[in-house]
Amino acid sequence: MVAANQNSEVVFKNVAKGAYSKKTHTVILKDCSLNVEAGKLTVLIGPSGCGKTTVINLIAGYERPDHGEVLMDGQPVSGPNWERLVVFQEAALFPWLTCYENVMFGPVARKAISREEAHRQTMMLLNRVGLSDFRDKYPMQLSGGMQRRAELARALINKPRVMLMDEPFRGLDAMTRKLMQEYYLGLFEETGCTNLFVTSELEEAIILADKLLVMTNKPSKVKKAIDVDLPRPRDWGMAASERYLEIKAEALELLHAEAIKASAASDKAEIDLAVGFEKLKTARG
Amino acid sequence: MDDNPLEQNEEGRITIDHVSKVYDPEGVNVHALDNCCVEVKPGEFLVLIGPSGCGKTTLLNAIAGFDNITEGSIYLDEKIIASPHMKQFPGADRIVVFQNGALFPWKTVLENLIYGPMVQGKMFRDEAVAEVRRIMDKLGLSRSTEDLYPESLSSGMKRQVEIIRALINNPKVLLLDEPFRALDSMTKSLMHEYLLEVYEITRKTIFFVTHDLEEAVFLADRVIIMTTRPGLIKAIIDVDIPRPRDFHVLATAQFMEFKNQAATFIREETLKAFEAGERELA
Repeated sequence: MVAANQNSEVVFKNVAKGAYSKKTHTVILKDCSLNVEAGKLTVLIGPSGCGKTTVINLIAGYERPDHGEVLMDGQPVSGPNWERLVVFQEAALFPWLTCYENVMFGPVARKAISREEAHRQTMMLLNRVGLSDFRDKYPMQLSGGMQRRAELARALINKPRVMLMDEPFRGLDAMTRKLMQEYYLGLFEETGCTNLFVTSELEEAIILADKLLVMTNKPSKVKKAIDVDLPRPRDWGMAASERYLEIKAEALELLHAEAIKASAASDKAEIDLAVGFEKLKTARG
Repeated sequence: MDDNPLEQNEEGRITIDHVSKVYDPEGVNVHALDNCCVEVKPGEFLVLIGPSGCGKTTLLNAIAGFDNITEGSIYLDEKIIASPHMKQFPGADRIVVFQNGALFPWKTVLENLIYGPMVQGKMFRDEAVAEVRRIMDKLGLSRSTEDLYPESLSSGMKRQVEIIRALINNPKVLLLDEPFRALDSMTKSLMHEYLLEVYEITRKTIFFVTHDLEEAVFLADRVIIMTTRPGLIKAIIDVDIPRPRDFHVLATAQFMEFKNQAATFIREETLKAFEAGERELA
């Protein structure tokens, strides 16, 4: 199997990042410190708009922090690089290349390995993600789940030191999603590559994670890091275990509190779903 | 309980009796529904779940009166509302809340809410406004939203207004077609709790369609699992979790067990559909 070159860790030290336009100035991350451990699967979860994708962009080198440091193995991140690869929410395969050509593109383009070697690894990876029969299809001819698998193979062939997964299974229907999670788990458990996975689905987060980072609303930071000490290899049968339920309960409590705050803050007219709920409960009780 | 129209639950029984629906585009029979039999009890919260394209929405549309059926009949209490031999109409006694939201963007929240009873000629404007305000108070929608247009509401709040707009008409049943599909998962969980609160207060019959298993088990008294082509009812699960429920339920062993039970039925179906799909593509 294609093993990762070397596993790296990523550290955020008091990172701040804002979004600016002529009229508005929004602080997205503030005083955000976190740690993506080498060879571990770290999952970032939080309310929508809390800056999860910003974290990914900072590590990938698409954006720079306004303040603080983003370090990979002690060195500041200075720009996009094949060592830190992103698998995006929406498929980003080249539509004019076949599945096979898409996977092979990266290493051949940067002349990292010979064409023969690239061919060999591509075939192996396609086989691993169950796409051998589809190597000559174009992305449009593949189902949603298959496109995501092609993306996974395309990232893995570069042997990145850090894989950044930005809600990669969003938009898939619930059933396909479950199958994709199983594929992904298998791949991770085989390669042991450093992974940062961003999601807003709690069940997905727990079953995948070694460490679960729960984010606050904007300005965001890590509210709590939860160690998910379920054994590996993982499967969905563990979702019934006591430890799983404990973790789920803890995370639900944190997320629910954030969701209520977020909903209160987002209503422009300063009206507040949360207060409504409370009133409702007292009225009934 | 006072004498208000929101509280009555002897009414609202839906009887789905051997219903089939065949689409016949160009002579190819597609069985969207095949011999479905369900009885939704008055005041019951029933959730219909199945993979995309299994005919869930077809069944909901048949109850709503948007679409006809080719066999069988559907009753609301004693009244027949669908059969192959009649022309069907939507009615104020069964109101649909859609996936994508259907508030009038050019009307304020208040105008949106009073529209139903006024256009049906049930109430004068003053009466309708008074009734709307009473229900807004009761269901926790702040009056400060009255003069806002839908675009300035958060996505969760829009859904709240829509649920209230449906209830203003005092329907016998509420038909919900994946109403929270477009919401992010945190807002979604708040809306689940909101809907459950509304259900506790009104005890309307609710017919809810979704493909989200967690949502289904969290909300339902009974979960009905449908299969794909033909749309058959595969299993019915009694979700025996006491009400009122809140989000803590999601992390209990009991909840996970019901979820698992449903998942096993569905997984089989999905794998079938998934493999068939891959074969088609290869």
